Amino acid sequence: MTDVGRPEARTVRIVVTLKPGVLDAPGQAIRQGLDALGHGGVRAVRAGKYFELEMADDGHADDGGLEERVRKMCEGFLANTLIEEYRYDIV
Amino acid sequence: MDIGIIVFPGSNCDADTHHVVRDVLGHRAQYVWHEERTLDGLDAVILPGGFAHGDYLRAGAIAATSPVVRALRAYAAGGGVTLGICNGFQVLLEAGLLPGAMRPNAGGEFRCEYVRIRVERTDTPFTCALAPGQVLRLPIAHAEGNYYADPPTHRALLAGRQIAFRYCDASGAILPGANPNGSHDAIAGVASPSGAMVGLMPHPERASEHLLGSEDGRLIFESLARWVTPRPPATRDRLEVR
Repeated sequence: MTDVGRPEARTVRIVVTLKPGVLDAPGQAIRQGLDALGHGGVRAVRAGKYFELEMADDGHADDGGLEERVRKMCEGFLANTLIEEYRYDIV
Repeated sequence: MDIGIIVFPGSNCDADTHHVVRDVLGHRAQYVWHEERTLDGLDAVILPGGFAHGDYLRAGAIAATSPVVRALRAYAAGGGVTLGICNGFQVLLEAGLLPGAMRPNAGGEFRCEYVRIRVERTDTPFTCALAPGQVLRLPIAHAEGNYYADPPTHRALLAGRQIAFRYCDASGAILPGANPNGSHDAIAGVASPSGAMVGLMPHPERASEHLLGSEDGRLIFESLARWVTPRPPATRDRLEVR
């Protein structure tokens, strides 16, 4: 049981990649590298970015819940949603 | 003319731009550190090339959160004349001050070479000394210059005449082989709807003197002098005691 009223640290793990269909030149280069090293059978690589956030889940009522705050951070800064998509989990 | 050149940690074309503005063109130039909160009193603002904040996260993304970019929003909203060159263009995109986004270059290479661009719009402070369709030879140096606009944004760019420059060959033809980075619709530069803000990937400040192999870039800065009505020099607000 959580201690009501006491901020609790949560870890948010966020992965950002280019949207499907947006040319992923780094991913292609990495796939070619794997191929050159003899790692056959890699049909495609999507390159991306990984962020791990230590968050205080103190539930500011005026700022939405933790998920809402994570989405705002992703939409407004961590991902450029014109070309990138994101996914996250909270542990 | 008083021209501000914004300096972020990692800007590296600020001195080149300052040199062209002051020494080649004879304007007053001043550096504006990224923590400044006002751009009042400047006739024009230039965001130079470089790797602001190491291009961490995405090129221009961290710089777009700077105090000076907040000031730039107010400056631009008031019709302030602004040029973003290369990384400066990326900052304007990340700040949402110009539409679209930059992807890594198609082919995955850092491209550092001369390209040609065609002037698509001449009623801006940075193109008014140029002719429609005029071809400029300018250098590029970037890894993330693959301009992207989704279909609604691209339609809006066309409808609003916001495409300022396109990559082309020596004759001005738009061909895949003349596009160095895979940019959508060969877009090399974009303007705001009013034209007061322009961003482009090539470096006019690296091609403003005969010694450097091309003087075509100087036409972009000379446009500015033609556009902006020069103001009298600012009066000294204190007397110097000698």
